[in-house]
Order: sequence, then structure tokens, then C-alpha cells
Amino acid sequence: MSLKQISVFLENKPGTLLTMTGVLAQNHIDMRALSIAETKDFGIVRMIVDDVYATATVLKDAGFIHSLTPVLGVVIPDEPGGLDQVLRVLAGAQVNVEYMYAFLGGKNVDHAYMIFRVQNEAAAVAALAAKGIRVVDQDEISQL
Amino acid sequence: MERYYQPEIETASREQIKAWQDERLVKQVRHVWDNVPYYRRKMEAKGVAPEDIKSTEDLHKLPFVTKADLREAYPYGLLAKPLKDCVRIQSTSGTTGKRVVAFYTQHDIDLWEDCCARAIVAAGGTNEDVCQVSYGYGLFTGGPGLNGGSHKVGCLTIPTSSGNTERQIMFIMDLSATILCCTPSYAAYIGETMREMGLTPDQIPLKAGIFGAEAWSEEMRQDIQRTLGIKAYDIYGLTELSGPGVSFECSAQTGMHINEDHFIAEIIDPDTGEVLPEGSEGELVFTSITKEAFPLLRYRTRDICVLSHAPCPCGRTHVKMSKPRGRTDDMLIIRGVNVFPSQIETVLLNHGYPANYQIIVDRVKSTDTLDVQVEMTPEMFTDNLGEVERRQQELVDGLRSMLGLAAKVTLVAPKSIVRSEGKAVRVIDRRKI
Repeated sequence: MSLKQISVFLENKPGTLLTMTGVLAQNHIDMRALSIAETKDFGIVRMIVDDVYATATVLKDAGFIHSLTPVLGVVIPDEPGGLDQVLRVLAGAQVNVEYMYAFLGGKNVDHAYMIFRVQNEAAAVAALAAKGIRVVDQDEISQL
Repeated sequence: MERYYQPEIETASREQIKAWQDERLVKQVRHVWDNVPYYRRKMEAKGVAPEDIKSTEDLHKLPFVTKADLREAYPYGLLAKPLKDCVRIQSTSGTTGKRVVAFYTQHDIDLWEDCCARAIVAAGGTNEDVCQVSYGYGLFTGGPGLNGGSHKVGCLTIPTSSGNTERQIMFIMDLSATILCCTPSYAAYIGETMREMGLTPDQIPLKAGIFGAEAWSEEMRQDIQRTLGIKAYDIYGLTELSGPGVSFECSAQTGMHINEDHFIAEIIDPDTGEVLPEGSEGELVFTSITKEAFPLLRYRTRDICVLSHAPCPCGRTHVKMSKPRGRTDDMLIIRGVNVFPSQIETVLLNHGYPANYQIIVDRVKSTDTLDVQVEMTPEMFTDNLGEVERRQQELVDGLRSMLGLAAKVTLVAPKSIVRSEGKAVRVIDRRKI
């Protein structure tokens, strides 16, 4: 049920992010979402893309260290309280969120997507389903 | 069964070795006194004459020779034979200053190549083997020394010299090379490249490697052995004394047998110059007792190690020296603490990082800083920032307990540290002292 996030190691110095986006642009990779966690010396780029396999291959060939991480893509109504409702469900199921980031969903204007990295994915999926909150799969993301 | 290149020498009794050393030392002292005014002046200054040296017990009476002497006497000041009798020069890499030039007669080259042949046979080499020499050829002694030793053993010798790693690998695979000779850092790079090409240890025909010319840790040995599927043997030497083969490792892999029929080893206190008892750690000093053109008496190597006469399971009777902890030249003094790059390498490899690292020393506001740059690996990477930082902190803690001082660890991109085809550049010292 989960999405595959691509996580990439980058040194925190001018131009390293550009080198990576250059590789993706050249290979026509379409990014759906991106977030960066950084320290003084290095950063971790986390992204959701249209074609996970192609992205992993071109990054490896270009010498980038990367890994694939399972994350949840949750559909959230684009209205006040949308995120609050989802977090309430996760907290109720004792699911810890390691990190999250959001993006707006393509042509659909009525909802956004939130990417969650959680510790107990199965519990999160079950709790969200019980409340009728939709979790998207890779196909849906690819077709956005 | 253990095999030897010169069994009657390599397994001689201690009495026999002592007898050779006594006789050759007396002769060598007379030779330099008669032929090298520089030596004669040094001996006269210390009040020693050739008659005072009757056996190895008198060795301590002789003055030391240091690298500074070699530079001062450059180029011909220590030459003990007429140039017409010399057939070759070799030269140091000059990493610590002005180059040193050493001279060889044909006799000197023969003995040097014998020493290298002993090392190759100790690593299991026979005339059935294919020996690829990936040390640099030229002024550097690595290539010519092992090349000559390989010929003496009768191996098919592939003189690739260093560099062009793809071609190195092509020859190893196409000609089924069984023995690889190069610096350990280059062996690690060749191994890394072969792994990236998808070659597994069982597909690689190599069975042994003879690696030297720079300090390397036991952990790096394990790493190279695993990647290439070989047994990795250490070899030691200095251009000043001949080149590689002054000492070499046997199958026991617990220290290097010094070729005592050619070199007398002493361990001294580097500060006082006093000779230390067996088992003490100190600076290694060599006297070459068979060289004709460029004999050195009591040459201070600046290498820190320990000697051991404990019986070796391989049957060789020559004294063993421990892997040098590092040259005193390589030793960094950071905030008053002695740091050897090999200690840092040990910590990195113990924590699962490869031996691709660089040490950057600087001085900020009159305090020394130590920054260890390590390449991130797929195995060490995760999407979790906290986890990456925790692993980074483990390295910082490991370095602190090994070195006794705080170091910064910087994780850098893969392949961002330049790979070496010869001696690796491990340390960049930016302090302006």
C-alpha cells in the first residue's frame, strides 16, 4: 500500500542539489514532491517521483548514494482541519510520525497529499482505513 | 608446507646469523671508512675508529645517519664505490622534502631482488604464478624491486606499473594473474572497482597480494582480503636501504621477517638515541652490511615498531618487526597529542566505513582542529537524519577513545576523495606553523 520515497545523500555545499536535479531533468524524471532535511555538513533529499525504478537507476549511475524508503501517501481534504484529522487518527493508533511533507494533487484542486514516514505502517494504514481516509498507491502517484 | 626462496639463509640458526652479521659489519665499517670521507668525519667526531667495531655488540658505538645527512651529502657524498661500478640509481618520492638518491652496483641489485624473491615465495609464489606488478616503475623502488624478485622466482611477470585501473583489471582477468603487488591503497581501489564491475572474489583469479610502501591497518588488510578473495602480505623497505624487501611477511601474518643477512636492526629511543631492549616500542634503525655502493650505518628510519625473536611457525629464524605504527614523519601532533593516520583508519574500518578518507588538520584561533572526511556508503545511508547523525556520532566517539582527543567527522559524497594509484594522500595539514 505504501509509496516508495527516494532518499538521496548530498553534501551541504553550493551546487550539489543542482547536480542532482540536473541528472533528473536530463532523464525526464517528474518529481511529485520533495523535501530536504539538512545538517551543517550534509542533507537528505526525500522525494516522490513518477518513475521510481528509472530514478534509482540514473542516480546510481551518476554516483549518488540513495535508498528507497516506504512512506504513506495520504489524501487530505484541502480545507481547515484536514491535517489535524489525520494526525488525530494516527495519534489514536499510537503511531509515531518520523517526518512528513505535503504537496498539492495535480489537477485535483479539492485535496492535497501528505507524505508520512511512520514507525508502524500497518497500524497506520488500518487506522486510516477505519476512518475512511484514503491512502494512495504508486500507480496513482505516477499518473498524477 | 612452507617454502623458502633461500632456505639455508632464511632458516639459518641464530648463531649462524650472528656470525654473518659480525663478519659483514666489520667489513662494512672498514669499507665506508676507506671510501666515504663523510662517514669518516662523522666517526672521527664521535671518536670511533674501524678497529673499535669487532662485532654487532659494538654497533652502538657508531654514529647515526639520518635523512638530513642524506640530503646534505646529496648526490655523491655517501657513495662508497666509483661511479663506473654503479649501474642504477633509485630515488625516494620526496614526500617529506628533497629527494634522496641511492646508488646500486649489480651486486646490490642482485641482493635486493633476492630479498623481493623471498617475499614472493613467502606469499606462496612459484614459477607457476602470474605476478602483476602494479607498483610504479621508474625512480620509485616498488616496481623495479618486485619486478626483479618476480623474475628470480620465475613467475610470469606483468609489468603494468601503477595507474589505468581498467587495464589493470583487464590483465588480472585475461591473464589470470595470481599475485598482485602494489600499495595497499591502490589494492583497495582495484578491489572497489572490481566489485563495482560485479566481480565476486571467487571470479577473481588472484590468490595473494604483496602490499607495502605505506602504512596500513590490520582492518584494511581484512577488507582487501575479503574484496579480492586473497591473502594479503605486508612488505617493508626504504629506498635508502635498497627498496621493498628489507622485511616481508610470511604465512603467519604476524610481523615481517627482516632479512638479517643483509640488514642489522636496532630499536632506539627516538628522543635519547639509546638502544632499547627487545620487545620495546621505539624507532627502527638499520645497518646495511652487504651493500657496496650506498651502505648506510645505523640509519634512522623514523618508523616506530617492535622487534620480536619469538619462534615463527613458518620456520624462518630471522627477527620479525611489527607493522610500523607509522613513520614519525606521518605522525601528527594535534593539540599536543600524537596521532597516526593508521589509528584513524582502524576506527573507520571498525565502524564499517571503507578506507577512503582524508584527514584535514588546521589551526583556528590558535587551536588545532582535526577533521576526518569519510565517504558515505550505500550501507551506511538511511533516510533518517537522526540515524545518520547517530552513526556519525559513533565515529566521533570511536575516534575520541582511540586518539584521546575530539575530532570532527564530515560525511562526504562517494568518490569525492581522490583515489591513489601509488601512495595515498591521507593528510592535509593546513596549519601555518
